[in-house]
Amino acid sequence: MTKRESNDLIGSVMVVGGGITGLQSALDLAESGYYVYLVEKSPAVGGVMAQLDKTFPTNDCAM
Amino acid sequence: MEKCIACGICAEKCPAKAVDEFNQGLATRKAAYLPYAQAVPFKYVLDPGRCIYFKKGGRCKACEKFCPAGAINFDEKEEIVKIEVGSIILTGGFRPFDPSRFDNYQYSTLPNVVSSIEFERILSAGGPYAGDVVRLSDQRKARRIAWLQCVGSRDVNRCDNEYCSSVCCMYAIKEAMVAKEHIGDDFVGAIFYMDIRTYGKGFERYLERAKSEGVRFIRSRVHTITQADETGTLKIEYYLEESGKVVEEEFDMVVLSVGMEPAKPAVDLAKNLGIRLNQYNFVDTEDFLPVATSRPGIYVAGLLQGCKDIPQCVMEASAAACASATSLAPSRGQLIKEHVFPKENDVTDEGPRIGVFVCNCGVNIGGFADVPAIAEYAKTLPNVVYVEENLFTCSQDTQEKMVEVIREHALNRLVVAACSPKTHEALFQETIRKAGLNQHLFEMANIRNQCTWVHSDSKETATEKAKDLVRMAIAKASLLEPIPDVVVEIERSALVIGGGVAGMNAALSLADQGFPTTIVEKSSVLGGNARDIKETWGGKDVNKYLSDLVNRVESHPRMEVLLNAEVTGSSGFIGNFETEVLHKGEARIIKHGVGIIATGARASSTDEYLYGKNPRVTRWHELEQDPDKIRNAKAVAFILCVGSRDERRPYCSRLCCTTSITQAIHLKEQKPDMEIFILYRDIRTYGEKEALYRKAREKGIIFIRYTPEKKPIVNEVGDGLEIRVFDPVLQRDLLIKSDFLNLATAIEPSGHEELASYFKLPLDDDRFFVEAHAKLRPVDFANDGLFVCGLAHHPKPIDESITQAMAAASRASVVLSKPSIKISPIVAQIDSDRCIGCGLCAQVCSFGGILMEEIEGKGYRAKNIQASCKGCGLCAASCPQRAVDMLHFRDRQILAAVSAGI
Repeated sequence: MTKRESNDLIGSVMVVGGGITGLQSALDLAESGYYVYLVEKSPAVGGVMAQLDKTFPTNDCAM
Repeated sequence: MEKCIACGICAEKCPAKAVDEFNQGLATRKAAYLPYAQAVPFKYVLDPGRCIYFKKGGRCKACEKFCPAGAINFDEKEEIVKIEVGSIILTGGFRPFDPSRFDNYQYSTLPNVVSSIEFERILSAGGPYAGDVVRLSDQRKARRIAWLQCVGSRDVNRCDNEYCSSVCCMYAIKEAMVAKEHIGDDFVGAIFYMDIRTYGKGFERYLERAKSEGVRFIRSRVHTITQADETGTLKIEYYLEESGKVVEEEFDMVVLSVGMEPAKPAVDLAKNLGIRLNQYNFVDTEDFLPVATSRPGIYVAGLLQGCKDIPQCVMEASAAACASATSLAPSRGQLIKEHVFPKENDVTDEGPRIGVFVCNCGVNIGGFADVPAIAEYAKTLPNVVYVEENLFTCSQDTQEKMVEVIREHALNRLVVAACSPKTHEALFQETIRKAGLNQHLFEMANIRNQCTWVHSDSKETATEKAKDLVRMAIAKASLLEPIPDVVVEIERSALVIGGGVAGMNAALSLADQGFPTTIVEKSSVLGGNARDIKETWGGKDVNKYLSDLVNRVESHPRMEVLLNAEVTGSSGFIGNFETEVLHKGEARIIKHGVGIIATGARASSTDEYLYGKNPRVTRWHELEQDPDKIRNAKAVAFILCVGSRDERRPYCSRLCCTTSITQAIHLKEQKPDMEIFILYRDIRTYGEKEALYRKAREKGIIFIRYTPEKKPIVNEVGDGLEIRVFDPVLQRDLLIKSDFLNLATAIEPSGHEELASYFKLPLDDDRFFVEAHAKLRPVDFANDGLFVCGLAHHPKPIDESITQAMAAASRASVVLSKPSIKISPIVAQIDSDRCIGCGLCAQVCSFGGILMEEIEGKGYRAKNIQASCKGCGLCAASCPQRAVDMLHFRDRQILAAVSAGI
């Protein structure tokens, strides 16, 4: 990382949690010009949503 | 982790078993394991808590011994990494309520009492029972299933979760419907509830569908579950309202619809960061700043902020991204690096010179097919000038070699025979770009997933099939063409249609990030419906908020506000819209890169309950228009669901319960001896709004339920009103004398059909706008560059409108943040000489990607808008003239592969 003046804004964001919420935040920021650190405790992203079978009210697969 | 090829040998050889958390402990896994079949990253991991090496030290290491990729490193240590960031977004937060503390449900002792999240895994085709709904006691098929709602929610007696968990009614209905699909017509399903809370978009219809499919909804709080027999069958007793009797019924399984609690690690982290939590341990936020925590620069989204469903989580996620991006706007792009590739070689006049790389994938392919024989065979095929085999074609050193080989042998097409393009195509495409080849001069043959994995029993036939697949890929590769990137210039400005709270918030979020924004508002003032509202459900002053918001909008240097203005037409596509606006009698064209629809909704009128005939009957905020009159009233009544949840409008208006209860509490606080009656069907104070319902009852506000079959009857009597209502609990009519009656009429869309047609946007059966995906893309439209927020999407309170507006701005800023965007060049190509202008392709295109252009003397001809095309191929398949071809999937390319195959 390059050295910056201490009062400069830093163009990066840390997103804590890799569930559906964290993923969406991270994607929006990365796609709009910010460097993102996504921090997830478990070995895979997806959170509880990955455990769900289908989702209401369309019965789409949660995967 | 980089080295792991996900072959699964480590898990196969690992001798240590562990509980499979992903399947809620209903199955086991190894200590070396893949978290789940679709895990991202798709890599195996070691569980140090169960691994024999870590537990006993120095022994086992079977995985390391057998791993063909050398991917296992027992010396890897945890390290502390320090990262500098401009802001933080906290998510990640809930745990399902643990029902084992309720001894009356015997969750810990009776095997057939399961939690709803366990039931999700039981239903899943990838779960422990492959989707068979079985009783855990004896693995026999379950047929009769009961759901008990509000376990760990709306309960201050047995747990401290006063709030409603917001999602359990819907997921229980879903589980019942899916269970019925799996079990068949024998299925007997019953949902025991207090209020059915199907308040979201499409939810009420879902409830009605479940009822029509035979799921029973029983308004009763079940006290205990007991075992009926030694096989594990369960018995519950409940009160049946219609008969007024206590009934006994047996079930094979009882599902506890557990609520949600903030997860402890997330709460601890929030506390460490010094962030204020509310009384339920969710991160405290304010109605007008729904994703801001008490600490500047730290934002929150998702279940850590409160109970909500997936689309609301996704909206909050985008809103938090918006808040972050706005606060860091000057530093946008500061830390982003651009990939630079060498100039592309022009290969158009060269004959095909194909290189083939055949992968062993460790033993995944090499162990089950004769890779040297496949490689030898590939050498004999036409246009092939170079072949090699690798242990792992995807490894870093092979990528470097590949670049050298392409240059050395002047290759102009590349085929990799290995695993799935889904996981590896992008890697190889990047590699050939580094060698100066267009990325589309690449083809993969999946000889692992489609060959050795499924034909592991016969090396000979697997080898033969692999040869077939390679031959097909080479035949197609011979006809591949370079496809140049499609770059769309972006007009970096936004148009927001609608100047209510949602529209203004979306516009401000974009203007604050530096993008010029125009608001088009039909009426003569900004503010929309919020102008009638005094307070949010959280007790915040709406008037003050609104005047500040309008000030910020009107004084913003990058904002233009057009009042008394109406959209009269629009054309164009992402990054390049041209919209006609009629402003004060003058037609104007506005060029904009993105459009946000925030046209709102309105409270419907009614001719029920003497509305419009008697001045004592009002609706919504008309009640507060004459405060002196109300202040002296002895009794005031409210009727909810007036025109909602009926045949004409089969949806819940979401706002009415909370708003009416807030109004009632106000009246009661001003005059405690005033009698207040709320006539309702189900009280839907979802989430933390439940506290208002509780507060209202504590203050003595009387709630009387009515059924749509026996609606209340309102009569004029002397100087007041008389309301007759059938109380289903008492099973008798009640007579209420009231000075005033306020009706919560349905929220209906504000007639935006024309606008929808100008932008080619879909409306649902209730005439609200339809988002691209109900769960995952709640503010996007399927048409790129257009977004929706606020009540135009569905009724919602102010805080949710603000969240959605910020989310729409976040999604829009993804488009506006760059001067141009690259889009997939794999699009349809129309041969206008063959086109007869029938228009079928334009009709079947779901993305508005085909225009019918009039050409002088020829009539109409179809024209493809590359920026709108998704490459789905519907147009190509439907064209009777075969005038449409898909790039990279041209008829002749596919036919070449097929001919080579047969």
